[in-house]
Amino acid sequence: MEKTAHIFEYKTLALTLAGLLVMTGVTVGAACIDLGWVNVWIALTIASIKASLVLVVFMHMKFEGRALRWSFLSTVCFLAVMIGFTFWDVAFR
Amino acid sequence: MAPLDPSGKKMGMWLFLYTEIILFGGLFVLYAVYFARYTPDFIDGAALLDRGFGIVNTVILLVSSFFVAAGITAVRKGHTRIVLAGLWGALACGAIFLVNKYVEWGHKFENGIYPGSETLVDSPGGLNLFFGLYYVITGLHGLHILIGMSLLAVCLVLVYRRKITAQQDALLENSGLYWHLVDLIWIFIFPLFYLVV
Repeated sequence: MEKTAHIFEYKTLALTLAGLLVMTGVTVGAACIDLGWVNVWIALTIASIKASLVLVVFMHMKFEGRALRWSFLSTVCFLAVMIGFTFWDVAFR
Repeated sequence: MAPLDPSGKKMGMWLFLYTEIILFGGLFVLYAVYFARYTPDFIDGAALLDRGFGIVNTVILLVSSFFVAAGITAVRKGHTRIVLAGLWGALACGAIFLVNKYVEWGHKFENGIYPGSETLVDSPGGLNLFFGLYYVITGLHGLHILIGMSLLAVCLVLVYRRKITAQQDALLENSGLYWHLVDLIWIFIFPLFYLVV
């Protein structure tokens, strides 16, 4: 039990893959319907969920300690600030 | 026995991966700004891309990530044959991905769509930007696939030589992290270029 605590079982990995494939289908399906600007947000939301699955399961973030979790979140926050400030600048030119 | 520091090695790898996230993140910001400014041209550009290639390559990369993740589970369980199968599978997926990219780019080149081509230079500004970003981002991503495949190939040899084992799997784990990050970046590239409507 102790030895296997930090490993995902093959079944968990296979289910994750199945989830990722289903979401790929959903995002392609959603792109076939023209909803205007909503399409962009649907696509990005699904992509973010898929990325989170890869991060948490395949990249083992579930088992990592505070150092990696917070440093990863800081990177994402930095990216968000970069995107936010860029659009802030471009929008008011 | 040499001192091993797997958590230190992993932390180092993650720090490197953060710089990769910012590298591609910067390109995505560039994409977002031009998309907001030239939305109709970007929609026309995406219509010229073959969605089938995008879908197939997405599936291939997701499956390859599963192979690598299964390989890491297998190395910890001591299932060497599954480790080898996973790494061979991931390498095959990477190769198919690159062949698809070659065919896809080849078609575009034949139709006169490449950086600096007359078709693009004479087209509306947004279309030229769309394909400029397409070639830079998918090209840089393709280069990452090549590097990731090289790392996985090194791991494969070391598994055969029993240098990567349940007690000593930091290289395989870090190569796996790199491969998953390349997959993760593709998860965003796919809708940005192929699914714009």
